[in-house]
Amino acid sequence: MKNNIYIYIMIMAVVTYLIRVLPLTLIKKDIENKFIKSFLYYVPYVTLSVMTFPAILHATGNVYAATAGFVVALILAWFRRSLIQVSAAACIVVFAVELLFNNI
Amino acid sequence: MKDIDKRNYKEGLRDGIPIALGYLTVSFTLGIAARNYGITAVQATVMSLTNSTSAGEFAAIAAIGAGTSYLELAIMQFVINLRYMLMSCSLSQSIDKSYPYYHRFIMGGGITDEIFGISVIRRNLNPFYMYGAMSTAIPAWAVGTCLGVIMGNVLPVNIVSALSVALYGMFIAIIIPPARDNKILAGVVIASMLVSVAFEYIPLLENITSGTKVIILTVLISALAAVLFPVEEDDEEDEYEE
Repeated sequence: MKNNIYIYIMIMAVVTYLIRVLPLTLIKKDIENKFIKSFLYYVPYVTLSVMTFPAILHATGNVYAATAGFVVALILAWFRRSLIQVSAAACIVVFAVELLFNNI
Repeated sequence: MKDIDKRNYKEGLRDGIPIALGYLTVSFTLGIAARNYGITAVQATVMSLTNSTSAGEFAAIAAIGAGTSYLELAIMQFVINLRYMLMSCSLSQSIDKSYPYYHRFIMGGGITDEIFGISVIRRNLNPFYMYGAMSTAIPAWAVGTCLGVIMGNVLPVNIVSALSVALYGMFIAIIIPPARDNKILAGVVIASMLVSVAFEYIPLLENITSGTKVIILTVLISALAAVLFPVEEDDEEDEYEE
């Protein structure tokens, strides 16, 4: 490493901070344009959906365990359980199913 | 702090717990990667505290290890983290406008995929809710990174495997309830997931990095949804408010 690591870190931090903070500080008003407004309304749902699926299926050591975790999370979320409940249940199910597979 | 701010801060702290759990695992792996490239615990911890971006940091560690130039690193981080710009635009519409402007400079620093996810769906987002989530999630990200460098590969594989779905579980808990109440949203969620699968099998597209994929699909699908189903004022009342 010939360059200074703290300069590297500072550059990363500044670039990433600017990306995060510029739109938030520049767009001060409620957007009236119907298209942009609708677009921004859909953004979080699309982003999170795209990030979740199918990535969750490859996240663990076993695709069946991951699928079980995914289905359980969907069911609990449907019944409006809290973030922590849905998240913890998915983890526990994955753990249990992997345990099962490893002991068959 | 006003009562309502306190309450929001506490809710944020609570909702930050699953994020923190997920972050611990991911950042632990990040720490192991940093260690392999000769980055010290202090350096890695400073990086995680000031950046809090998994894809960006993973890429940076490898690039720094290879002795990349400062400019290359800057461009790389810009491309990988560009999705935060979209999130930031979206978040600008959720913020409670009665709070002073300076809050935006702090909130902006807290935009990660996960903290953004839990914050943006709140109507009239109270800055203190986001601060609460940041207070549990970001230290967990830094501590996990630090431990990963110090300890290396010590966590049992099955624990790591189980915890690696924590963040996805949380995303599901965020998107499903509103989708249950709104057929259009449900359609958008399902369509997004299907297109996301298709994207993995289309030749040429399969090599695109996940960050770029998220940006491309988010822009295309959200724009299409906005054209086909423009949001009426009343529709937004469906979002829950606490």
